[in-house]
Amino acid sequence: MYVAVKGGEAAILATHDLVAEARRGDEAVPEISVAQIREQQGLACARVMNEGSLYDADLAALALKQSQGDVIEAAFLMRAYRTTLPRFGSSEPVDTASMAIRRRVSATYKDLPGGQVLGATYDYTHRLFDFALMDNGSVMVGLDPTISGHEGASATGDARVEPEHDGSAQPATCPLDAHMPRVPDILGAEGLMEPEVAPEGDPRPFDLTREPVSFPADRDVRLQAMARGDEGFLLGLGYSVQRGFGGNHPFVGEIRVGEVSVEFVPEELGFAVDLGEITLTECQMVNQFAGSKDVAPQFTRGYGLSFGHSERKAMSMSLVDRALKCREFGEAAQYPAQQDEFVLYHSDNVEAAGFVEHLKLPHYVDFQGELELIRRIRAEREQRLANENLTLPEAAE
Amino acid sequence: MTTTLIGAGFTDPIFQSQSAFRALLAALSEPGTQQVVTGGIVPPEGLHAATATALLTLADYETPIWLPPALRDGPAGAWLRFHCGAALVSEPGQAAFAVMDSGSVEPALSAFNPGTDQFPDRSTTIIVQCAALEGGEAVTLTGPGIAGSRLVEPAGLRPGFWAEVAANNGAYPLGVDLLLSHGDAVLGLPRSTRIGEAI
Amino acid sequence: MTAEHTPRQRWMAILARASRAEIVELVGPHMPDHEVLKAPETGTVMVEGRAGGAGRRFNLGEATMTRCVVRLHDGAMGFSYALGRDARKARLAAILDARLQVEAPDGALHRDIDALSDRQNAARDLASRKAAATKVDFFTLVRGA
Repeated sequence: MYVAVKGGEAAILATHDLVAEARRGDEAVPEISVAQIREQQGLACARVMNEGSLYDADLAALALKQSQGDVIEAAFLMRAYRTTLPRFGSSEPVDTASMAIRRRVSATYKDLPGGQVLGATYDYTHRLFDFALMDNGSVMVGLDPTISGHEGASATGDARVEPEHDGSAQPATCPLDAHMPRVPDILGAEGLMEPEVAPEGDPRPFDLTREPVSFPADRDVRLQAMARGDEGFLLGLGYSVQRGFGGNHPFVGEIRVGEVSVEFVPEELGFAVDLGEITLTECQMVNQFAGSKDVAPQFTRGYGLSFGHSERKAMSMSLVDRALKCREFGEAAQYPAQQDEFVLYHSDNVEAAGFVEHLKLPHYVDFQGELELIRRIRAEREQRLANENLTLPEAAE
Repeated sequence: MTTTLIGAGFTDPIFQSQSAFRALLAALSEPGTQQVVTGGIVPPEGLHAATATALLTLADYETPIWLPPALRDGPAGAWLRFHCGAALVSEPGQAAFAVMDSGSVEPALSAFNPGTDQFPDRSTTIIVQCAALEGGEAVTLTGPGIAGSRLVEPAGLRPGFWAEVAANNGAYPLGVDLLLSHGDAVLGLPRSTRIGEAI
Repeated sequence: MTAEHTPRQRWMAILARASRAEIVELVGPHMPDHEVLKAPETGTVMVEGRAGGAGRRFNLGEATMTRCVVRLHDGAMGFSYALGRDARKARLAAILDARLQVEAPDGALHRDIDALSDRQNAARDLASRKAAATKVDFFTLVRGA
């Protein structure tokens, strides 16, 4: 509880000016444009779109610029803006099997129909700085010229990490297959994979932005919550599952990144309209399941789907999705990643940041109450001790 | 395409819908008072201006609308589909909003969705299009939003209508909320309002 | 878009993917007389996915979209729906949708749409071939250079 305070308007307005100044930084350095952020910080934009739960790369870039690159603040801006927009409806479920593939890898099958496509990935980079990306293109080892004031000319060439290519991607002669089967479906054809079918009647999904969540939460609720959940939180939970706090033994069945069409049926037209394409990342995590009285041993799956190129997010989501399915498989829910209430109530970073950060807002009245309480308790204690000191000698006599 | 006949909606959606919303809010918070709901629109055939404006303000693709079959299949249905993107349902119980004529014998108010104990707000709001909001049988309203009591006399209501409204109040906190409309005026009868004979 | 879509669905998809500059070019210098039935409005569409790709539907998150409805003076109604927030593009695309419905299927505008479609397909093909250059066989690793 906090109680409203008044005043401080002038100081607050002054902080607005100061934050604008801090955001701009040194004016000798050119200002970054929203288009530059969108094009050159695309993975950060993807994270903001996911956690802001709004696909719009321009807005994500603007949010990052406005928040000085604070991803959670940027997600908050996206969420706040979203509330001002009318919703026109829901899309048809996207068809990831007909994704225009930019990247597709499997850790379970070497030879996939359609092939493994590395695409643009940092997986096979050495995590060495590419100083060629720095403004002056050359930097001395162990001597930062921005600190020392020296120019790094003497060391040019020594410290530079040479790019392995000239940087321009050469296309292959043939495009990829237009339709690539999802890896779990290959296992499914053999009956080794838990089937994934829509429930009777293909019901409309629950929308946690419209209705309050109750527990135990169904899979559609869990997937929606995780899709908009904090990447770091889900990563930590996914990691905990791998380390033994969840009993999974996961393999990446498949990760695919690419563009899918979004189709929408406007009530006024009555037929599906293609709205254009969005970039998605999908992860199918394959896990073992010992089976039960009714079900033969088979593989089970966890599913992750996210906006933009965001593999870590999709992978973490798929790990936690599988852990949260413990109830469906009759497994004990003994670890955090298996408890839907814990995961869903704590994965939303805008909610979490709001509650944590509200602690810095004025709590003067509450605290005054606490202060008076503790003073009274202390006074009572002193009084009690004083009384005991007075009464003890008499008792001894 | 039937949509070629559709007339325009709000010319200034933000201000017109907010002004209509304010009037509807007043109608339901001060039951029995007449409020003018206008948005400068030309309503489709079969809908009073207040009815059409209220639906344009409140309904969207997430709020299924029930209309009498003749309206549903006519210009009114097409107009609502076009402007609100709302689905038109044939089951009264599925509707978030409904329009009915005051004199029609059905559906009964109890056929609409009264909400659930957990979510009483997920009930149907029914707009009853009346022959007039004055000159009919007078009844006395009491309850929240009414200082003492208030007399209303909407005209052209079907026999037994007030008994249905009283039964609806009896199910409180469940029940439907009613807006009686004629021309560009509405009169609110939320489920919390009690019905008595005119004194 | 797959083959089973109607010609109108096809051109609406092509227009939705086009840039504003491309749409402006298609409309040409003479803007047809038209009445705006639904002014360009930006809102969102909730994007749905399916668990496992084929299972239960769930809400992935929203995307911005803009729609517009116009009527030409000859009575033809044009609709546009596209991802993003471009109101100008929405209005012009709605005009094009109306014109495409009244124009003969072998008319100039339809040919322009085909040309635009070819350019979009070529861009898609190039992106796919760039990805194909990173196709890998983990026994005999082939770099894409």
